[in-house]
Amino acid sequence: MSDPAPAADGEVMVDVHGVHKSFGALEVLRGVDLRVRTGEVTVILGPSGSGKSTLLRTINHLEKVNRGWISIDGELIGYRRSGDKLHELKEKDVLRQRTHIGFVFQNFNLFPHLTVLENLVEAPVSALRRRRKEAEETARRLLERVGLADKTDVYPRQLSGGQQQRVAIARALALEPKVLLFDEPTSALDPELVGEVLDVIKDLAHTGTTMIVVTHEIGFAREVADTVVFMDGGLVVEQGPPAAVLDDPRHERTRAFLSKAL
Amino acid sequence: MTTERRALKIVPARHYTRWAAAVAVTVLVAQFAHGLVTNPVWEWGVFSEYVLSETIVDAVWVTLQLTSYATVLGFVLGTVLAFMRLSRSPLLQTVAWTYIWIFRSIPMIVQLVFWFNLSALYERLGVGIPFGPVFWSVDSNSLIGTMGAAIIGLTLHQAAYAAEIVRGGVVAVDHGQLEAAAALGIPRLRQIRRIVLPQAMRAILPTAGNEIIGLLKGTSVVYVMAIGELFYQVQVIYGRNGRVIPLLLVATAWYVVLTSLLSIAQYYVERYFARGANRTPPPTPIQRARRFVRTLRTAASRRDQPVIPPKRMGDSR
Repeated sequence: MSDPAPAADGEVMVDVHGVHKSFGALEVLRGVDLRVRTGEVTVILGPSGSGKSTLLRTINHLEKVNRGWISIDGELIGYRRSGDKLHELKEKDVLRQRTHIGFVFQNFNLFPHLTVLENLVEAPVSALRRRRKEAEETARRLLERVGLADKTDVYPRQLSGGQQQRVAIARALALEPKVLLFDEPTSALDPELVGEVLDVIKDLAHTGTTMIVVTHEIGFAREVADTVVFMDGGLVVEQGPPAAVLDDPRHERTRAFLSKAL
Repeated sequence: MTTERRALKIVPARHYTRWAAAVAVTVLVAQFAHGLVTNPVWEWGVFSEYVLSETIVDAVWVTLQLTSYATVLGFVLGTVLAFMRLSRSPLLQTVAWTYIWIFRSIPMIVQLVFWFNLSALYERLGVGIPFGPVFWSVDSNSLIGTMGAAIIGLTLHQAAYAAEIVRGGVVAVDHGQLEAAAALGIPRLRQIRRIVLPQAMRAILPTAGNEIIGLLKGTSVVYVMAIGELFYQVQVIYGRNGRVIPLLLVATAWYVVLTSLLSIAQYYVERYFARGANRTPPPTPIQRARRFVRTLRTAASRRDQPVIPPKRMGDSR
């Protein structure tokens, strides 16, 4: 096992190293390596059950890994290293680490009993101890950015699915994370609402936000990704620039998947 | 075709059995009401003499005190027990489970008599080193007193039920909510207080309302400890003057009034916690009544005016 990437490496923001994860007897991740550089957009494609969502969830420690390690900006996630031992971190410290990692869920998971503004203000105030007034200003600015400046005082259920997901993206951005993780952000949406959410993500990509996006939208991958990663059976089958992976795949499984998806 | 259809008259279905049932029920209700007024056994004079008397009002106050203490303390302890049962520590889980098991198994009246006789069990209560010397101690009866014993008894009993009610509410909250809160790095206690409990309240409140109303009437059990709550005082009075029926009526009337107040409070508390659950919250009874009056008024004012064409009605919005 090599050392976790030190901060001096600089360029690498997310470093996933030899990650294994099992649920009981089911091996979902079987040794995944992945490196994402600062400002890069990585899109993960793959059939259902290939482990791509699980991989994303291990990156912010919603799932504990069984083997391997993950670091973000040189900091090990979920563990502290001393010598050749990894000590599990306390929940408090894991929560602190998560404030650097924005996560957008397939089902939005907005807090239904809080208004849109309160959804955005909650974490910065309680986790980062920002002043409420400051947090509200940031929240309004972010809502303007995702095109929902007029929706501050409504409750999530009064919004369409696309609007809810845009609020969820703004909520993740409110913590000013180092990296944003998207877990199939458009899979729960009606087809005509997918575009508005992808537009927001594209806009973020152009402003240099480091992102990992798990999706089935191959058109989006082609347009926005710096790197496309194809996963199958708990392994990274191939990765590279979209032109290489999508148009000239080297592996049979990638080719089979793309021919079905396109 | 259209002209022909317009000419046809719709005849509503005739529900003869329903009408017959309505008539029968009306007669029964009328008979009962008539009996309430005319049957001399109810002794309405005695009822009105006692219902607002000082003794009874004081007794109602004691009943209210017992109910509020047991509700607040019971639900606080119950919430702690609920989260112990949901915690990852097997020890906490087991302790909470055992507590609930035991206190749901003991009839409330048996438990109350136990507390009443606490001094027989522990004559003195004190502070010191566990299993070691005692630094300070006090006579247990003088420490808690009868009222204290009753409150402790009701609270411990209530907590066991409250724990299950709260736990039911918490497990009803979508797991994604906790994941989202964890992903945002919101501190653990804050996750519970700000994200989980407010949403759990929607499932907790209807059952909790039931429990509190049950408790209000359940406080009448403490008459065994000779505490001057409503039912005890009523018994004392009719033991003295023999007017059993009107005095039971006094107690009934007060329990009905208090339960009604609790039900109204429950309606508004539930409404508060339902915010965000519906796209447009339903109007309250008061709002509905106001709207009804407004409709009547506009209807009355329009009666003399010519029919307004539909186009203008659209504009007036």
